[in-house]
Amino acid sequence: MNFLQNFAIGQYVPRDSFVHRLDPRSKLLFLLFFTLLVFWANNWFSYGLLLCFLFMVTAASRIPGVYLLRGLKPVWFMLVITVILHLLITKGGAVYVQWGWFSIEQAGVQQAIYMAFRLGALVTMGALLTLTTTPMDLTDGLERLLAPLKRFNVPVHELALMLSIAMRFIPTLLEETDKIIKAQKARGVDFETGPLIQRAKHMIPIVIPLFVGAFRRAEELALAMEARGYRGGEGRTRLRQLHLSWRDTLLAGIAILLGVLMGWWRE
Amino acid sequence: MVKSVKGKPIITLQDITFSYEIEPGWNETVLQGMNMEIEQGSFVAILGHNGSGKSTLAKLMNGLLLPHDGVVTVNGNDTSEQERLYEIRRTVGMVFQNPDNQIVGTSVEEDVAFGLENLGVEPTEMRNRIDEALRAVHMEAYAKQEPHRLSGGQKQRIAIAGVIAMRPSVIVLDEATAMLDPQGRREVCSLIKRLNRDEGITVVTITHFPEEALDADRVIVMQRGSVYLDGPPREIFSRTEELQSIGLDVPHAVRLRHHLVRDGVELPPILHQEELVEELCKLLLKT
Ligand SMILES: Nc1ncnc2c1ncn2[C@@H]1O[C@H](COP(=O)(O)OP(=O)(O)O)[C@@H](O)[C@H]1O
Ligand SMILES: [Mg+2]
Repeated sequence: MNFLQNFAIGQYVPRDSFVHRLDPRSKLLFLLFFTLLVFWANNWFSYGLLLCFLFMVTAASRIPGVYLLRGLKPVWFMLVITVILHLLITKGGAVYVQWGWFSIEQAGVQQAIYMAFRLGALVTMGALLTLTTTPMDLTDGLERLLAPLKRFNVPVHELALMLSIAMRFIPTLLEETDKIIKAQKARGVDFETGPLIQRAKHMIPIVIPLFVGAFRRAEELALAMEARGYRGGEGRTRLRQLHLSWRDTLLAGIAILLGVLMGWWRE
Repeated sequence: MVKSVKGKPIITLQDITFSYEIEPGWNETVLQGMNMEIEQGSFVAILGHNGSGKSTLAKLMNGLLLPHDGVVTVNGNDTSEQERLYEIRRTVGMVFQNPDNQIVGTSVEEDVAFGLENLGVEPTEMRNRIDEALRAVHMEAYAKQEPHRLSGGQKQRIAIAGVIAMRPSVIVLDEATAMLDPQGRREVCSLIKRLNRDEGITVVTITHFPEEALDADRVIVMQRGSVYLDGPPREIFSRTEELQSIGLDVPHAVRLRHHLVRDGVELPPILHQEELVEELCKLLLKT
């Protein structure tokens, strides 16, 4: 048909690896734990430990490094700003550069490196999660992890269903956008040139039919779901069952080890 | 060729009146005093032009809409009884027009599973039923496929698989072929015929294409919210002028015969193209 034939929901990269086969719940919990560790680390030893671990996980996931770098792309800018701010603002220790009131000092350099590492490590770990887990597994894992919140009236099932329906409709809506753009172009609307305001105005005849279409779809989908006996999460079973395996036990062991080493090495 | 209509009624509509509330205090009556019985195991085609109330009728059949007056029963259960509603929706499966807007799952098998999950079927049993349903629609090779990669006809077959996995007695198709290309339409039509013939599933198909009504046991023509004609296709399509007067088309062969008869060619009523060819050959041999 067109580019959508090859469009994949999410950024999952199918491989057969230890990390891929972990239960999504374990991966989500581990990501949370890793986040805590990253903020707990406070010296070269502890950061080095986490960095080594990050390399090990990447190797175990069999995900090519390019994918991880691509994952870092959206945060490059933030990374650079953080580094610059710390270099300029944080003072203390030996002075490396002095130029009028402007100076770069040892504490600044250290903080800049630490912060850059924190941000980079978190984004990389997050990317590893989405690269090794299908979106469906992720929503399933989230739904099950958050299940206890149902007692506090958090609509966990509904949120998870919403997420998975959104994913189901992303390609459909992209296809529709593509069609509308082509239709408007055929009528001579120019999206590429002209002043910004002009171009923004030209987006209106795309956005409006898209919204109208999306509402109609939503209505029809709701009807179809009702016709198939949907009545909320109560009494519902699931085709996809999540299973913990020895891998998840191993991950728990690794997490404990990591925690103990950190506690030992940090200051 | 026409099968005898068998079995007891599975869906009955008695004195149905239905209106949509356009604004508070302003209702538009769509169905008026409608009576209908759908027999178990039958293949019913419903024709009628836009706005004649076909979709409304379909939605009344599984309790998506409730009548303002009158009673709709499915297998003896009143659709207005809230506690029977899910049993009724399991019994009467429904396939809609737009293939994109009725697929819920992010993969083919998950979509087929959706109805079963709602019913609370155990995962292992669910697995079996999904495989069975996908085989029935010849889509077993696509189980893991993402729905947006399928053709329109394939999407509708998945929607049908999702319905038959719930083991319904009746499938109602509301213009399920309207958005398909000829290939997809053929796929869906032969599938529903097979389900009716081999599995004994009652089929109610609403359609714009008179050709799709040819193999039905019974054709119902709707006009302005009530039943205008009701009978076997041979009888219904023989009333060509009556149908054309309310803006409905007849199958090509029937129309051709109609023109020939008007021009003085003596032909018995026919339904299928092959019959027309045969009759014309006979005529040719006689002269
Ligand atoms: N949700 C609705 N609200 C208001 N009016 C509706 C609604 N759905 C259908 N109608 C009206 O009811 C009439 C019958 O519609 P419908 O049952 O969809 O007919 P058909 O399927 O034969 O085209 C039409 O005049 C239509 O405008
Ligand atoms: Mg309709």
